[in-house]
Amino acid sequence: MKGSSIDRVYVGNLNIAARRARDLLLGKLKLGEIVDWATTFSLWPVHLMTSCCGAEFAATWSPRFDAEQYGALPWVGPRQTNFIVIEGTVTRKMACALRITYEQMPNPKFVIAMGACALDGGLFYNSYNIVRPWEVVPVDIYIPGCPPPPEALARAILELRKKIREKNIASKWLIEGWRNDRDYVSPKEDVCRWWRP
Amino acid sequence: MVEALSLDNIINSIKLNLEGLVKSISISKGYIEVVVDASHIVEAALKLKSMGYDHVKSITTIDYPKESKIRVVYHASSYINEDLAKTIIGLTADIPRDNPVIDSLSQVWRSVEFQEREVYEFFGVIFREHPDLRPLLIIPELAEKKVLRKDFIVKEESIYEGIPHKY
Amino acid sequence: MKESPTSTSDVTIKELETRGIQVRKIEKEVYEVFIGPQHPGSGHMRIIVRLDGDIIAEADPDIGYVHRTMEKLSEVREWLKPIPLLERMTIIDACNITVPYVNALEKLMDKAPPPRASYLRVLLCEINRVASHLYGFGIFGVFLGHSTAYMWAFGDREVFVELAEILTGARLTHTYPIPGGVRRDMPQDFPEMARRAVKYMRRRLIEYQRIFLDNPVIVKRLEGVGVISKSLAAELGIVGPNVRGSGIKYDVRLIEPYEVYDELEFEIPVYEEGDALARTWVRVEEIKQSLNIIEQAVDWLERHKGELILSKDDYDKLPKLHKEIYEKTGRVKLLPVHASMKIPAGKAVARGEAGRGEIFYYVESDGGTIPYRVRVVTPSARNAIVFKYIVPGHKLMDLPAIYGSIDYFPPESDR
Repeated sequence: MKGSSIDRVYVGNLNIAARRARDLLLGKLKLGEIVDWATTFSLWPVHLMTSCCGAEFAATWSPRFDAEQYGALPWVGPRQTNFIVIEGTVTRKMACALRITYEQMPNPKFVIAMGACALDGGLFYNSYNIVRPWEVVPVDIYIPGCPPPPEALARAILELRKKIREKNIASKWLIEGWRNDRDYVSPKEDVCRWWRP
Repeated sequence: MVEALSLDNIINSIKLNLEGLVKSISISKGYIEVVVDASHIVEAALKLKSMGYDHVKSITTIDYPKESKIRVVYHASSYINEDLAKTIIGLTADIPRDNPVIDSLSQVWRSVEFQEREVYEFFGVIFREHPDLRPLLIIPELAEKKVLRKDFIVKEESIYEGIPHKY
Repeated sequence: MKESPTSTSDVTIKELETRGIQVRKIEKEVYEVFIGPQHPGSGHMRIIVRLDGDIIAEADPDIGYVHRTMEKLSEVREWLKPIPLLERMTIIDACNITVPYVNALEKLMDKAPPPRASYLRVLLCEINRVASHLYGFGIFGVFLGHSTAYMWAFGDREVFVELAEILTGARLTHTYPIPGGVRRDMPQDFPEMARRAVKYMRRRLIEYQRIFLDNPVIVKRLEGVGVISKSLAAELGIVGPNVRGSGIKYDVRLIEPYEVYDELEFEIPVYEEGDALARTWVRVEEIKQSLNIIEQAVDWLERHKGELILSKDDYDKLPKLHKEIYEKTGRVKLLPVHASMKIPAGKAVARGEAGRGEIFYYVESDGGTIPYRVRVVTPSARNAIVFKYIVPGHKLMDLPAIYGSIDYFPPESDR
């Protein structure tokens, strides 16, 4: 491809060159759609079991429902995964573990809140030991049910994929470095203050 | 169900072994209730262990704010002795509500260790000479509020919501 | 007072050495590892492990990450509402957990369920027991790194979860027993489906034994690991297949039979060795016995059609519309007055045998519409003591093997 666009990219300073190449590829040449498509096929959840909906989470990756066909493989460490499924009730002790795991994951990352307990407390709404998960981490998709059947969790993964591709979340994150489609959430009080070092 | 004959045998042998310590003994639905004084509870537990009761299934604590006492029940049974395995003994003691201190039974029965930690964090009962008394299930900030007592109010969900209780 | 196993006083060292056990002093550098809630091998809890090289010196279970305050919440709801609350403790084993609570209420009310309701309860309890053992087997496979065991166990578990769905309408949270009977009758073609499921599972168990239990890699990993002797098991008070793998024949269905277990024929497998492999074998043998019980229950239910599933005096009080619904569809629609039923004052203790061991309920009533005190001790809460006393002395990689073999389920333990 000849012309002045390449001359504008090839400059001596590597940082400026990288930024101009990124704007050219993602902005003009529509490489962003391929980035979004690739992200939707590699949504790997992290192994964090919060509560009893974990039994249906385990059943979704079992041979009958097989969520691995959507490209989702549960992986061991937060540094190599990009999404969290909050299954069920989040207690005060678990809120600390959830926030630490969420902060360790690389961007762009997503959260699905599964079950009635993750919506607004569920069956335990008047308990003294639980926390609403949308006050701790920002949530993308909510699934009602107690427990939601595995088909509902698979449907939620498909809705998340639709959301990523329609709103171009992954490519916009590459350009702007920030997720603009929803607010950033940080907990109002320190969830880990009971922790003794 | 156990026949009445062997239940009476067990009650008689308990009265024989624990003479002087037992305040009252009665048969409830599913267990035999043996009430002793809180200061003699270690002696009574040792005598029950020598009879053959080797583990504790549960420590039940009930709060009676009207009578201003907390009742601690140790439900014990036996694995090795086959006759005693069919019955459950409830070793009961009452302690005052504003100063709930009682001797720990972890030297007698090792199975009570984790359950005594639970009773400590929910009711505020202090067990003397427990090897490791700290909260087990909830954070220390909540354990100071003594959550399972009757004066810690949780929003009610019954059809008589709003009508105050007569506790 | 006996010293704890990891103390180093001279008296206990001499005692241990005379029995042929090697004793070594801990070196200076002991470092702490937190195997936390976000870990494929820890479940919903944190294990604080102090290591000396590769040997575990101390293991402290930090539980309570799923504590959902069931005991306090049962004190502010009416008598029937704790049934769906309490079954979320062990959601995979729901009927076994709620049947003893309903038994305690029936003891206080002096009511007994009719025989057909008892057989239906036993049928669902045994279906849940098979599904729960297969879940434990699958999670054990994940801990050992054996994903094929996870896939096979969960695939076969779906057969029984679907049977439960046909019987009650829900996959995991059945809420089936109520004081006086059960909520729904069995459909017409259920016995045939149950027999096919039983035949399929018997065939699969033979393959499980060939591929998993006689596998030399798994045998090497599990044999001799986490040995619990008979006297130590009785002293620590552990329950379930763990105590039956150590030589003590204790099962609540045998010692204090509840429901109709005294009319059914089944055996209780007991193994003597006390290591992780023996506990796994006990669970596999228990699945076989549960399949026998399912067959016997389904035979009895087929022979005695048309009987009541709710107690006689409750049935007589139902109005005409509710009786018609019961005749046509087999569903019990309770009157609204059941929401505010009063239970006479008293105290009752009831216990049952869940998949993981013995569950214990203490229910106290003061004559009102809400319970005064509900105390529940689940089998996993009693098994938590294994971490403190059995794990020290093993290598670090034996920790998932011991954890999976005692089948510890944190939501059940934290209540």
